[in-house]
Amino acid sequence: MKFLPTSDREREQMLAAIGVSSIDDLFATVPAEVRQPPDLPAPLSEIEIRRFLGGLAAKNANARDTAFFLGGGIYNHYVSAIADQMLYRAEWLTSYTPYQPEVSQGTLQSIFEFQTHICQLTGLEVANASLYEGASALVEALLMAERLSKGKKRAVLSAGIHPEYRETVRTYFQNLGLEVVEVPLSADGATDTRALEAACDAATFAVAVQSPNFYGVIEDWKVGSSAARAAGALSVAVVAEAVSMALLSPPGENGADIACGEAQSLGVPMHLGGPILGFLACRAEHQRQIPGRLVGQTRDAEGRRAFCLTLSTREQHIRREKATSNICTNQGLMALASNIHMSLLGKTGLREVALQSHAKAEYLKSEIAKIPGYRIPYARPTFNEFVVEAPEDAEALLSRLAARKILAGVALSRYDAKDRRRFLVAATEMNTKAEMDHMVAALSGKTS
Amino acid sequence: MSVEIQEKAAAAANRERPEPRAEALVFERSGEGKIGYSLPPLDVPAAMAIPEALRRSDIEGGTQITEVEVARHFTRLSRLNFSIDQALYPLGSCTMKHNPRTNEEMARLPGFAAAHPLAPEGVSQGALELAWRLERILAELTGLARVTLQPSAGAQGELAGILMVRRALEKTGRARTTVLIPDSAHGTNPASAHFAGYKVRELKSSAKGTIDLAALEAAMTEDVAALMLTVPNTLGVFEDRILDIARIVHAKGGYLYCDGANFNAFVGVAKPGLMGVDVMHMNLHKTFSTPHGGGGPGSGPVAVTEKLVPYLPRPTVERREDGTFFLDFDRPDSIGRLRTFLGNYGMFVRALSYIAAYGNRIGEVARGAVLNANYIRAGLAGTYHLKYDAPSMHEVVFSDKKQVEQGVSNMDIAKRLMDYGFHPPTVSFPLIVHGALMIEPTETEGKAGLDAFVHAMKEIARECAEDPEMVKHAPHSTPVKRVDEVGAARNLVLRWKP
Repeated sequence: MKFLPTSDREREQMLAAIGVSSIDDLFATVPAEVRQPPDLPAPLSEIEIRRFLGGLAAKNANARDTAFFLGGGIYNHYVSAIADQMLYRAEWLTSYTPYQPEVSQGTLQSIFEFQTHICQLTGLEVANASLYEGASALVEALLMAERLSKGKKRAVLSAGIHPEYRETVRTYFQNLGLEVVEVPLSADGATDTRALEAACDAATFAVAVQSPNFYGVIEDWKVGSSAARAAGALSVAVVAEAVSMALLSPPGENGADIACGEAQSLGVPMHLGGPILGFLACRAEHQRQIPGRLVGQTRDAEGRRAFCLTLSTREQHIRREKATSNICTNQGLMALASNIHMSLLGKTGLREVALQSHAKAEYLKSEIAKIPGYRIPYARPTFNEFVVEAPEDAEALLSRLAARKILAGVALSRYDAKDRRRFLVAATEMNTKAEMDHMVAALSGKTS
Repeated sequence: MSVEIQEKAAAAANRERPEPRAEALVFERSGEGKIGYSLPPLDVPAAMAIPEALRRSDIEGGTQITEVEVARHFTRLSRLNFSIDQALYPLGSCTMKHNPRTNEEMARLPGFAAAHPLAPEGVSQGALELAWRLERILAELTGLARVTLQPSAGAQGELAGILMVRRALEKTGRARTTVLIPDSAHGTNPASAHFAGYKVRELKSSAKGTIDLAALEAAMTEDVAALMLTVPNTLGVFEDRILDIARIVHAKGGYLYCDGANFNAFVGVAKPGLMGVDVMHMNLHKTFSTPHGGGGPGSGPVAVTEKLVPYLPRPTVERREDGTFFLDFDRPDSIGRLRTFLGNYGMFVRALSYIAAYGNRIGEVARGAVLNANYIRAGLAGTYHLKYDAPSMHEVVFSDKKQVEQGVSNMDIAKRLMDYGFHPPTVSFPLIVHGALMIEPTETEGKAGLDAFVHAMKEIARECAEDPEMVKHAPHSTPVKRVDEVGAARNLVLRWKP
């Protein structure tokens, strides 16, 4: 076995040094009744593994061999080759949580840089080292707001927040005595402002709004933050398409206390939905309640700049059941990928990616609106994703197109049975005009 | 000392501490007008449909840097890290084993890495089949009925597991109030139990370091929902009375939760399902070799007995009679979702690739891990204090008791190990061993590496006696000297500012 470096002779020497005659003797404390070898096939060689897994991979449509317009929280954006190739370096790939700063300055400094990028994008002062993904990041943001409220029990969530995020919140909240109130959208696709204000009361600890919302519509962060302020609650800004932050007015400049969500579109491949990259940022006054790992700048014994994990007393390995979160392992390597990506694109590239994504989505939206029978139900401005209403069952339509290598969108019936004819369409800088025209022609039934 | 000799000494020190020792921040390398990307020209009309009031100005402080400088920056930074590929990384409880590179290649196939979780079922059959197959294999290895792959890491798996227990108890009328957790447990256990709405009651370990059956019997009332037990425990000791433990928990209608962080000690040799375990999380980034990546991503699948199957997170992956696969959302008793989509799917690909390489010989993993830990134990017994002398499985926990008498702590010993070219063990955990040094070599270390580690630890013990001050100021050869962690927390600087 190529992953086991001990020879038979060495094994004998080791057993002799331990003073036992066989490895079985070392398992003496494991009762015989619980021992049982697994019923698994014989080992596969590397060649056979490539054949086996390559075969499974080949059965999945992917963004490289289709006209691709899927979004709904996972986006197909440009990732520079170096951002992935750098991850292969053993020093990044095969190290772990930087508990020992003297031999982990690379990871620590990269996290510090990632925290800085997230602060710059969100317009907030403090960001953590990453969370699992967008939905659990929202949960952590809400729990943080609840701790800061000292006893309030209600979270008000816009129905424009990704349905899987909202479901995750309900899972986490179900036994904590916390209440979730969902505020519907108006007919134009944005959160109903009056209903939002009415839902907030003195018991409300957080008001959360997503922008662009799950249906692609750009929300005004100030709607959520003023409702929160009026009720004495914290304002939580949720972002599922992080590229939008390069173009839209950032949460921190619009009264948000916490920004959280999904940063997959900033340098992480789609990976069938994971590993992706949760983020959370907040105002400095709330930093001691932030969940997850944090890296701070300090000095070494000779006065040189150095970095280390900090405020660990918030965390589970010290505080146990009183910790701010149960999170331990986070998404370190994805935060590195994102740091590399954001560094490369920087000030101008992130904006250009956002502008191109927006322009392409606008073009696609106007072309689809021209197809007889098709309708764009929400009038509000969108960023790079929008809802289309088809003249037929969307799931059937999309499956038909998928068989022709056009992944035209995400059927909304997956989340709400009433939305049988609606689907979400996303465009990014990766889409060409030619493939958009091809998709529009297919929707209009003009091609075979 | 002459000037010449001093200069020679400085040169030697520099050889021990090769460049790079420091790297500027990426923001400090930035320069106006530099470009690190290339995008095609816009092939549709430029459009701006967003009102100006909703748009932002420039990203203040955003970088402007070329690909060349990014390559240098991140390569230089990487060299400030210690990694498994360099030498033994005996971080106890973390199972720092070799990360096979086939797995990396497989996870990057476009059919996995460039595929989307919300694509229509008909063009996602390979993705669903892989998840389905991995689930069956993990069920076989644990001897349990079904597995959810959704949790993102071990801690989220713990929460999922305890939420399922809670839902099952609620169905019988009473969720109960308390979860029992031994004092040797990982900190995530009490934190996860808390977020599932339970009070935590700590169980004191016996003099052997294992569960005290009488104490368990007394604590195990009908208010107790579950016992969360790490098997083997964090001392690396297998609970030889596991069947009695399960019997005591089950007799009061409670559930036995297994923290499978240490599954590497017995995977392929024994099955938790046969031990009476009802629910167990595994860490694909430990036992199943997916890379730790400087702190993640992980993956924390949870296996359950038949009676907990209705409560599995939603959706599950199912196979129809015609052999096609689908996601089942129609699970009314499910605890719900823990996160978006299917989980950290890229880790499923890597874990399946790893398990396929071992197949029915996967027990060799555990046998190798246990052999290696016992070899280190044999090598260092007598040199370092062993508070609990029960037989070790995959890891061994020494303490600094002997060295403290010389004024040297476990942290000093850990730092000095860096000078010998090793990553330190886990220090000061488990909490029941004062001054703990928790050593887990894993099965992927050969005899020569283990011998070198034992030699280094013995040398350090000698240094503690002969030159304790030198050890207390270690490390001496790392890119930075000892880092002021107290100062970092006192004077918080959490981001760069222009």
